[in-house]
Amino acid sequence: MSTEGQSAESPNPSPLEDPAAPAVVQQGSEPLLAVSGLHVEFRTQEGVARVLNGVRYHVDAGETLAVLGESGSGKSVTANTVMGILEMPPAAITAGEIRFRGEDLLTASASRRREVRGEGIAMIFQDALSALNPVFTVGFQIEEQLRKRRGMSRKDARKRAIELLDLVRIPNAKGRVRQFPHEFSGGMRQRAMIAMSLALDPEVLIADEPTTALDVTVQAQIMDLLAEIQRERNMGMILITHDLGVVAEVADRIAVMYAGRIVEEADVHSIYRKPGHPYTRALMDSMPRLDQRGQELNTIKGLPPSLTAIPEGCPFHPRCPLAIDLCREKDPELLTIAEGRVSACHRSDELMRDE
Amino acid sequence: MSEPILQVRDLVKHFPVKRGVLFRRTIGQVKAVDGVSFDLNKGETLGVVGESGCGKSTLAQVLMRLEPATSGTAMFEGQDIFSLRGAALRKLRRDIQIVLQDPYTSLNPRMTVGDIVGEPFEIHPEVAPKGDRQAKVRELLDVVGLSPEHANRYPHQFSGGQRQRIGIARALALRPKVIICDEPVSALDVSIQAQVMNLLAELRREFSLSYVFIAHDLSVVRHLSDRVGVMYLGRMVEMGTEQQIYEHPTHPYTQALLSSVPVPDPSLRGQREIIRLTGDVPSPVSPPSGCRFRTRCWKARDLCATETPPLVDPGTSPVEGATWPGGDEGAAHPSACHFPEEKPKVVA
Repeated sequence: MSTEGQSAESPNPSPLEDPAAPAVVQQGSEPLLAVSGLHVEFRTQEGVARVLNGVRYHVDAGETLAVLGESGSGKSVTANTVMGILEMPPAAITAGEIRFRGEDLLTASASRRREVRGEGIAMIFQDALSALNPVFTVGFQIEEQLRKRRGMSRKDARKRAIELLDLVRIPNAKGRVRQFPHEFSGGMRQRAMIAMSLALDPEVLIADEPTTALDVTVQAQIMDLLAEIQRERNMGMILITHDLGVVAEVADRIAVMYAGRIVEEADVHSIYRKPGHPYTRALMDSMPRLDQRGQELNTIKGLPPSLTAIPEGCPFHPRCPLAIDLCREKDPELLTIAEGRVSACHRSDELMRDE
Repeated sequence: MSEPILQVRDLVKHFPVKRGVLFRRTIGQVKAVDGVSFDLNKGETLGVVGESGCGKSTLAQVLMRLEPATSGTAMFEGQDIFSLRGAALRKLRRDIQIVLQDPYTSLNPRMTVGDIVGEPFEIHPEVAPKGDRQAKVRELLDVVGLSPEHANRYPHQFSGGQRQRIGIARALALRPKVIICDEPVSALDVSIQAQVMNLLAELRREFSLSYVFIAHDLSVVRHLSDRVGVMYLGRMVEMGTEQQIYEHPTHPYTQALLSSVPVPDPSLRGQREIIRLTGDVPSPVSPPSGCRFRTRCWKARDLCATETPPLVDPGTSPVEGATWPGGDEGAAHPSACHFPEEKPKVVA
């Protein structure tokens, strides 16, 4: 992969600029990407849906943060807000900060945001078929950014596109580069999208349910590929998923989302050993496991709350087996429960204590 | 061992591939299901797993007689369901019902829940006289864990899990003996999925149902099934009890499939032996000769390309070098491979 950066930078005649730039902003102990206090609303006809209610997380270089949650918990909205691809209106960002290398993206100009998108933070989507444009060849879609952003010639861009397809292990990349998305299988489309997201050498890669639409054998291939690329490039990766199995295999840290907020965050080993929030625990208990045949699954009673009417107090209290009066009245803050672990639960102390 | 309620033999379903506008010619066949045989016993759940395109949903459609079979037989209580017509076919439809995957498209948005669940009684009025129907619908809604008051609402007013319950109530209305569940929980979130799986298990006990449970999620299948069949490109490649398939798989495809499933335990990271298949499933229009898995198999030899391995018991004596732990439980079971061999520790 040592040839990676060279061909990309070759049209750029001043190599001095590149190494200097990150050194300046990297001062201090700022994480690579940090989201804090993010509030997003969707103004709909049925009322205001409070989709994000103070989301915070951060990711460092070379680290994989898994954002875990059920549908409607706000995982994808957070990612889209970070990328700056949220449709506004109906959405509106009412508060919060998104700091990339210390710079707040929410106050940055539109042109600066465009610079960060792709080069700083790139994203891959769940459904590769609808994320790729059906009327352009796969090669063209990869080359487009190289020509527009890196000023490469068509010929150089094509060469680079083939290298990228090779990198994501698409067989016969030379021939495939001329094909259209519908000529690719599901797994190959996802690979092509990964190649596209890597074209501008991003520092952070957001993967929004990258394998949900794929079969297990292909899922395993894609997850291996992502992990390998992330290691080689020392990228920060945000992996959005609802699959507790995938998380256990690749994540370093886990942030669990519920009703538009982070309810627990911890490193992967301690959270599986002992969840610090009743929702995390219930989620783990309700999962059928391949290595054991249980009789009855523990379920979480009820449904996730409607975002237009989030319950008072802790949003999880109507479904929580540990709920007490306090939970109905006061929304718990995200507090440190152990080293490097936070949880938003009034009773997390007890959870951490009992076996 | 109880007697089989459904016996499927050499079931084949090919879809023609046509080309041309005026003169439509058949230029090929999609061999969706290509020689599948199995027995479903009374009160049993047979799990069918496989990747997309392996023919599991076509199998469900053919068994429901929603699609005509190309050849083969399926005996339900002594009758071949593919030869039934008219009144006899209508009677069969009472006995075999289906729960579909997508709770969003399988319910008519213009009908109330009461009408959806009660519609089977319109078609089969002998099951419930007109005056009883409302009460029956309320009872069914209650059985699947919905409130009887929900009968007057429309499907869009419900969440995914609740809609799947409506679909289950509809399938139960005629008191069937067999329910074919075609990916009933794959569209649902984990917490909701568990609720629906528990409901299915409970209903099986209560109404002594037999399920053909089709899913791509191996953990879900293991949880509910007594026996499991693994499908690949229109064929069953391995069949056995839940224990045999998950603890002692002998077909390389089953082993690869099982080892691809991520295990929710970070402490096992890097400790499992992981088999990574390369490439994708070949097209069912022109499946490989001989063993269909050979193009992705690490054990493939010349024999695999020329001879199709039958789904048979490899005999009680294990292949040289392999062990059969667990005594009787790990006994040999049908595996369509020329070189079946147990691999220890595929599943964590």
